[in-house]
Amino acid sequence: MTAPLLQVTGLVKRFGGLTATDHVTLDVVPGEIHALIGPNGAGKSTLINQLCGELAPDEGSIAIDGAEVTALSAPERARMGLARTFQVTCLLDEETVLWNVAMALDVGRGHSFRFWRDIRRDESLTAEARRALAGTGLEGRAGVTVSELSHGERKQLELVTALAQQPRLLLLDEPMAGLGHVESQAMIGMLAGLKSRCGMLLVEHDMDAVFALADRVSVLVYGRIIATDLPGAIRENPAVREAYLGEGEEA
Amino acid sequence: MADIDLTHGAQAPGRAPLLRALAALVVLAALPTLASALGYPALTSLVTRILIYGIAAASLNFILGYGGLVSFGHAAFFGIGGYVVGILYQNYSDETLFLGLVPGSNQMLITLPAAVLVAGAFAAVIGALSLRTGGVQFIMITLAFAQMLFFLFVSLKAYGGDDGLIIRRTNELPGLNMRDKEVVYYVCLGIAALFFAGLARLIRSPFGNVLNGLRQNERRMVALGVAPYRYRLVAFVLSGMGAGLAGALMANFLRFVSPDMMHWTKSGELLIMVILGGVGTLFGPLIGAAAYLVLETLLASWTEYWQLGLGLVLLFVVMRARGGVRALIVALGALLPGRQK
Repeated sequence: MTAPLLQVTGLVKRFGGLTATDHVTLDVVPGEIHALIGPNGAGKSTLINQLCGELAPDEGSIAIDGAEVTALSAPERARMGLARTFQVTCLLDEETVLWNVAMALDVGRGHSFRFWRDIRRDESLTAEARRALAGTGLEGRAGVTVSELSHGERKQLELVTALAQQPRLLLLDEPMAGLGHVESQAMIGMLAGLKSRCGMLLVEHDMDAVFALADRVSVLVYGRIIATDLPGAIRENPAVREAYLGEGEEA
Repeated sequence: MADIDLTHGAQAPGRAPLLRALAALVVLAALPTLASALGYPALTSLVTRILIYGIAAASLNFILGYGGLVSFGHAAFFGIGGYVVGILYQNYSDETLFLGLVPGSNQMLITLPAAVLVAGAFAAVIGALSLRTGGVQFIMITLAFAQMLFFLFVSLKAYGGDDGLIIRRTNELPGLNMRDKEVVYYVCLGIAALFFAGLARLIRSPFGNVLNGLRQNERRMVALGVAPYRYRLVAFVLSGMGAGLAGALMANFLRFVSPDMMHWTKSGELLIMVILGGVGTLFGPLIGAAAYLVLETLLASWTEYWQLGLGLVLLFVVMRARGGVRALIVALGALLPGRQK
């Protein structure tokens, strides 16, 4: 059997007396969407930040495709094939849609310590960025400055930018947050089409999206994973219902 | 589809800016002749200073406008560049060795690169430490380093201390009569032209775009795989080297260096030039340097309280003219009849 794309083992993060991540163990295998759900304050963001390298864990280990990355910085992990989207979108607001994608492509080439080549006039880079935008619904917005995009378009652009990094593993931090119904459906369609390209860890509040997309679901409560199972089984799990789904009966 | 403007946020697209820059260069090349024909020979020396300060301010703007880091100690590198020229000249005329090791020189082809490299080395050390902080702390720590160097040179009696160093003759360049102020002007103009051409290229390079991306959104760039510290340090060093180049030219032009070149008020003047001209634009700082020095000259001829007038102008620019004098010129240009856009 091949190594999982992401293997998290016994991860612990404490803030003073609070254990925000409590011995979390989970994995993502190739071609899988593994959803992580949990009530507010369960420690989902803290976990994501440790996975991408913005926050250092106190204990435990993280491996990407079999390689230990616990001690590596966020940019080093990104260069190993870990891409992410943000809960609150993070883009180059002064640049065009096309340039945001082009920047991801150019950094991905790994030649950014070049001082002379004019990449603002680089036709092949532009063409590649245009190809990355094709079929995403943003191709008509290529020349628009990012600060003028709608919230839904920004979410979409983040995903396109992450894909331009050619990731092996994608961390999605609430990609549906703030999207309307139509936009959510479009996003679900887009994510479903990506399964063959990379494994995904999907942190999401929108239960429709989770049950539409996930191959497996893990439930995080007070920093601890209380269950990992198939979506159907999670729905029936009494502990999960009590801790989470029962609260609002959103599912 | 193919003509979507990729250059948004950086420089204006197309060849028009290049043509305008070349036109400006032609005017500047004709300036000494025009100045003496019109009976204002002092104009040439004013424009020499504008070019030199323009290089220094544009260097500061590279780290400030494109890198998003407010350095309040750039006069240090300006002064270091000047002192390299001054110290090498003194060792040359005394026929002594600097620190018992390095012979002096009065050759510009040696002193200018030396000034740039030494300023870059200082920037590497100061940057390596300062860039571990950010925001206001970064402003204060760069200021502190510059003041340390200021007091070091004040106490350096062997090289003039408080009084500074007099450089009896401008450095020599093979085949040129550097005693002629006009020749010095053309040398400064040539160097400034090369400097701005190189800077324009740098801004559009992968490196320049990553730096600009870090200013806009560090998290985004980190997520793409960029390690911010290294890029910012290299940018800081390049910026220090540019300021060092300007300092070396200034030492040659004034034939004098003193600790005042690295006083914190000089750092402030450079910042004012950048803000006055337009932060984050290629030629804004040069325009800012021109505005600053012309205002200084005009206002100082009316009143010794000329800085009050300058303060009012700066206030107006910051409050009303977003993008500085450069943006104002662009806006006025757009109002001219017969202009498209």
